[in-house]
Amino acid sequence: MFKKFFYSQKIAPYVFILPFLLTFLCFWIVPISNGVLLSFQDVLKDKWVGAKNYQRLLTDKIFFKAIFHSVRYMIGTLVLLIPFPMLFASLLNSKLMKKPGLFKSIYFIPALTSVVVAGIIFRLMFGELDSSLANRVLTLLGESPIKWLHGELTSFFALLLLCCWRWTGVNILYFTAGLQSISTELFEAASIDGANAWQQFTRISFPLLKPTTIYVVTISIYAGLSMFTESYMLWAGKNSPNNVGLTIVGYLYRQGIEKRALGYACAVGLVLLIIIMFINIIQLILNGTFKKEER
Amino acid sequence: MNNNKNKKRRKQQLVKAGMVILFIGLAVLILIPIYAIFLASFKPGGMLVQYGLNLDIDFKQMSLNNYIVMFFGKHEYWRWFFNSIFLTVATVILTLLVSAFVGYGFAAYDFKGKNILFVCVLIILSIPLEVVMLPLYKQMSEWKIMNSYTAIALPFLAHASTIFFFRQYLMGLPKSLLEAGRIDGATEYGIFFRIIVPIMKPAFAAMAILNGMNSWNNYLWPLLVIRSSEKYTLTLGLNTLLNPYGNNYDLLIVGSFFSIVPIFILFVCFQRYFIEGMTAGAVKG
Repeated sequence: MFKKFFYSQKIAPYVFILPFLLTFLCFWIVPISNGVLLSFQDVLKDKWVGAKNYQRLLTDKIFFKAIFHSVRYMIGTLVLLIPFPMLFASLLNSKLMKKPGLFKSIYFIPALTSVVVAGIIFRLMFGELDSSLANRVLTLLGESPIKWLHGELTSFFALLLLCCWRWTGVNILYFTAGLQSISTELFEAASIDGANAWQQFTRISFPLLKPTTIYVVTISIYAGLSMFTESYMLWAGKNSPNNVGLTIVGYLYRQGIEKRALGYACAVGLVLLIIIMFINIIQLILNGTFKKEER
Repeated sequence: MNNNKNKKRRKQQLVKAGMVILFIGLAVLILIPIYAIFLASFKPGGMLVQYGLNLDIDFKQMSLNNYIVMFFGKHEYWRWFFNSIFLTVATVILTLLVSAFVGYGFAAYDFKGKNILFVCVLIILSIPLEVVMLPLYKQMSEWKIMNSYTAIALPFLAHASTIFFFRQYLMGLPKSLLEAGRIDGATEYGIFFRIIVPIMKPAFAAMAILNGMNSWNNYLWPLLVIRSSEKYTLTLGLNTLLNPYGNNYDLLIVGSFFSIVPIFILFVCFQRYFIEGMTAGAVKG
């Protein structure tokens, strides 16, 4: 009886989906619900505190600093990691360039390194010593050496550079994949009609790359807002001076793990979740995903 | 007329030269950090503490000492290394199997609740782990599986982006293939294991590489879950070497450099699959 039930064509799909369903319930729904509950508690004292954690958040200057840093970082990555890789991909994809594959492979190499290794390298390159690489470059430009990871803007620069170093190659790959799905006949026709390279880029590549661009923008927004490991590594796991490298998730980690204020940290996490869901819904509406799936 | 053509060709050559310079310059910039740590792997740790990471070459100071320390010295590096290999291989095999199972369910059948469940996959795709990591961490300690590889891998075996990829891959599958299997008397699960799994090989390759890379480089979640040093993965272990006293810099640098090597070798051999895996989500939107 059971066997027949288990093997029937009606039940089989649910058996196939079961691992996902369990994962979704146990490792997403339950933790998120717990997070909501915890955010109304003082976990160390094990008592309910109402909306106190949220009230504290609203007046917490360090939290707002963290939000500012995360948003600034996200915008920085959007500005640098969308247009340039798109342009590079278009140039590499044009027939003018020899051996585009070789260049794409080289640009991809940083993505193979873990954030830990990348962080170690950049931490040492941006060290405060006069002879560290970043300060050598400054000296070459006629400036005097600085403490890169102490200043607000200089550490932002180091973080952005680290991000660009790791992701430029990957985004070039994304855009190349998008470009290769565009029929070459379009470019040929445009070329016969006398469109120059720039016109071809703005009139053909750019509009037809829209799905790719939306995808890259979306993952950049999520990754940018939830950035933590990069800054954790640049300051070797310690608090950055004046919190210059603190991000939302960094604050969540500091409160939840280091200070053991789990309730407060969960409130931080929920604020991040709400921001992300908000962006997510806007993106889904713009993208028409809901319609596509219901078809 | 001829003159005009020449002009055009000259212009094109100029553009070509400019592009070559641009892309070679970019390649050099991107390779500098790797080159710097490669050089540093031959320098004594003390030199790094004293001068920082730079591109100086001083043959008198440089030696293979760090490599000798790495291969023959007394430390935990190789334990971390093999922990990482074990965890990566186990995670990849299980993730692929579970996710393919689910992906096939989404692609091959029509059933009640399918759309809403698939929207759940899409939602998970967009929630960063960082948002749920603290409650999940608490849950792992309540389940008493803290400090274990189970806790690292279990929550992510039905991996949303991998499920999504497999589902897209199997969407184009002709239904007649399944019907043929049924007529031959195969069960629903038999069809999956005997007919579907073999034809999914390229998809498996792409996702194996992507998941393998993620697992090898995974840091934040293991950092929360793992407590004892004998269970450290490579990323966790390397990070413990980064301390201000610099007494471990010999091993830190050469170890960091060497941790890229296995992935790099895989990349050189299976480049196509790396690229396929990475770009899978982008084109379809």
